[in-house]
Amino acid sequence: MNKAKAVVIGAGAVGCAIARELSKYCIDVVVIDKNDDVGGCASKSNSAIIHTGYDAAPGTLESQLVVAANPMYDEIVEALDIPFKRVGAILPAITDEQFEQLPQIKEKAFKNHVYDIEFKSGKELLEMEPNLNPNVKGGLYIPRESLIDPFIFVQALAENANANGAEFMLNAKVIDIKTENGKVKSVVTTKGEVEADYVINSAGLYCDEIAEMVGKADYKVVARKGQFYILDKNTSCQVERIVLPIPTKVTKGKLMCPTIHGNMLVGPTAEDQDSKVDKSTSTEGLDSIAADVRNLVPNVNLRDTITQYSGLRPNRNPEGLHFDMYDDLKGYINLSGVRSTGLTLSVSMGKYVVQQMLMSGADLVLKDNFISERKGIIKFSEQTREVQDKLIKENPLYGNIICRCETITEAEILDAIHRPLGARTVDAVKRRVRAGMGRCQAGFCGPKVIEILARELGVSTDEINKNIDGSYMVSGTTR
Amino acid sequence: MYNIKCDVAIVGGGPAGLAAAVAAKKEGAEKVLIIERDNALGGILQQCIHPGFGLTRFGEELTGPEYYSRFVTEAMDLGVEYILNSMVLEIDEANNQVICANSEYGLTCIDAGSIVLAMGCRERTRANIVVPGTRPAGLYTAGSAQRLINRQNIMVGKSVVILGSGDIGMIMARRMTLEGAKVVMVVELMDYLAGLTRNRVQCLDDFGIPLKLSHTITRIVGNERVEGVYVAPVDENKKPIKEKEEFVECDTVLFSVGLIPENEISNKAGIVIDKVTNGPKVNQYMQTSIPSIFACGNVVHVNDLVDNVSAESEQAGKYAAQYAMGTLAKSEGNANLVTGNNVRYLCPQSIEKTGKDEKVSVYFRVLKPEFNVKLVARCGDKVIAQKREFRVNPGEMNHVNIPLAEVEGNEITVEVIKEG
Repeated sequence: MNKAKAVVIGAGAVGCAIARELSKYCIDVVVIDKNDDVGGCASKSNSAIIHTGYDAAPGTLESQLVVAANPMYDEIVEALDIPFKRVGAILPAITDEQFEQLPQIKEKAFKNHVYDIEFKSGKELLEMEPNLNPNVKGGLYIPRESLIDPFIFVQALAENANANGAEFMLNAKVIDIKTENGKVKSVVTTKGEVEADYVINSAGLYCDEIAEMVGKADYKVVARKGQFYILDKNTSCQVERIVLPIPTKVTKGKLMCPTIHGNMLVGPTAEDQDSKVDKSTSTEGLDSIAADVRNLVPNVNLRDTITQYSGLRPNRNPEGLHFDMYDDLKGYINLSGVRSTGLTLSVSMGKYVVQQMLMSGADLVLKDNFISERKGIIKFSEQTREVQDKLIKENPLYGNIICRCETITEAEILDAIHRPLGARTVDAVKRRVRAGMGRCQAGFCGPKVIEILARELGVSTDEINKNIDGSYMVSGTTR
Repeated sequence: MYNIKCDVAIVGGGPAGLAAAVAAKKEGAEKVLIIERDNALGGILQQCIHPGFGLTRFGEELTGPEYYSRFVTEAMDLGVEYILNSMVLEIDEANNQVICANSEYGLTCIDAGSIVLAMGCRERTRANIVVPGTRPAGLYTAGSAQRLINRQNIMVGKSVVILGSGDIGMIMARRMTLEGAKVVMVVELMDYLAGLTRNRVQCLDDFGIPLKLSHTITRIVGNERVEGVYVAPVDENKKPIKEKEEFVECDTVLFSVGLIPENEISNKAGIVIDKVTNGPKVNQYMQTSIPSIFACGNVVHVNDLVDNVSAESEQAGKYAAQYAMGTLAKSEGNANLVTGNNVRYLCPQSIEKTGKDEKVSVYFRVLKPEFNVKLVARCGDKVIAQKREFRVNPGEMNHVNIPLAEVEGNEITVEVIKEG
């Protein structure tokens, strides 16, 4: 049996941020996830925005954590080499009714300590975003709303935690949590049992099922589906900032924003469903996005879409973000209701969890050799011609371009496979280097990536999965 | 940066690039260089191991590799040069340079007298046409599946539904069947075939593969691997009739839903692109809006037959060589080609008047199928060319030959007129 002190269940943004924070201390950390890769669930399919918390419910834990998290990003993206950009968000009011709502939204932002929110006139907004609905009456500008690469963000947290000793057990599903004398004892997985003094449940969509294993499931997770469109980088109608709708009583609405890599992202829907696995898109959902976003940006060209996807927000019933520790179950920490703002608040949640552990008497001693930095995969396409030439001379595989749309080289793909917590699947490669994320959607590079993965992992091509077990890419060889 | 100088630089070593290279050399260009991203010449024909190529050009039926091999042999005999494994990153139109990445030489800069774009096209995807459902493994464009099977000896799946009756889709229906897979059906949104009739006969009918016209895939099912698709008939507005939706079990879906000329580097270079063809606008010399840059083959407009590509590319190669040598005829003004009744696009889009007594072939596609028609080219009311066709079909390209000496004014309209 492995000996470990803290077991984190779930390798999403929150789990990996907690693991990284814990890895600053002298404590054994094991992160367990049922997927093949870190960030393989809600953390990979969202709007990739780092929020300010301007619209959170004031005074809640969620508000505290989001508001605290936003300023932390400047340092963390620098240290961990994560693509990030503070582009700002605007909330344009198109109707008189919406215009009248602006003061309340601003007031709420102030209650959440977001003081840099500003009123802008319709003219100013149109100067900022010429593609806005020309009827815009005015609106709010929130400068610190930001874009991030959500995949690299989670990978960076995980790689850095790993470099500092945190162990990752992937493809391992938690089956049971053993307790003894009012304390957690161990976590049983499909890959074996891990002893634990602390068990942190950051299982997102499945956190209620984990909580049930220790009799602490006084809530249910309700999957709230969000469907999105991604548009081609060349699409004619673009925005530079995050364009948010004025929320209605029913929904926060659908937004349009650039992605950190220059595509346009449009969505999401908000559809509650029973299934935690059904991530299908639907005609109705996608059509509703089109109708809503055209109110904000009338000329948005959804025919330039290069992909559509949906993600499931782990909403909680009863609602709200919860952090729970229990007197009758020492060492067990339960996080629930980590939903749309989860990506943003992961970094503050990491600190919050450790602080709560310290305050409850955990014997955590800071390391003096914590490695605070992590280097990402060099992006050939972003280098100057001189650097590109030098890279190829040093490693000829930089001269072999595998993904034509995003100009991704074989050297980058090999780095993605061979670095710690490296890619084992086609999607894991895609999420690390963007091969297959361009307009041809892997039509060109897909067949090559399958062969590279098989070669580098020393397996046959029919063992290569798209992502999870059972998602085999090819069925065998020809006759 | 490694430097190469040449007279004509050709981007792409597929059928278009090869034909252009041969023609440029024959026209007298001294150094003709093909820049190819793959590890061999031949382009997409390398994976087209089926017969059906060359009927027009050579009067015999060849496979893809046989077809391009003839051009490779000719090119090599003429002394055409080439670099492989070289992805073009950028065309610097101001300096007439092509910049590419190559593992052996590093970044390479090619100074050229003229440049021929012959990058071909890519496939439209499931996402481009917004097919709802999940995103499991087992979804391939027909061409990717063809590459895996024919070049990598990898089988993509065992039971297949194909969306789109384009030529590659139908050819893959036969290929998958020959490899032991079950092709459940080919589903086509339109009420007519997208590809060539001969492919329907040889690839579907001969193998008993059902073709469902006026149907579409409404949803993809499966979380890990494809488990099946929902297929529904469509109404006259191409909207699926939900009540008639049926589940079809399969582990693979191939998409043969159209091709898009691959003009990323043309766009970056600022070349004017036709919104209908998605390729550069060209004149009869296959010259783009940037005079030193020519284009040919599927990068200009998607062809049905490689024989057409070869013919068109020879023009590009010939005139690119003339441009590089400074012998390209001076223009005496130009005339724009205008789409008339039932014409979707025209290629070339304009004609340079030279005062010479020669004919220019103008290629076009119709918008909808029609029988017993006349193809007419006219300047104002004056008919300058016409021919009868028993049948026209969007899936099969048409052409008219325009006599340059007859052109009047600055507009030529091409139209399809229903007879009797």
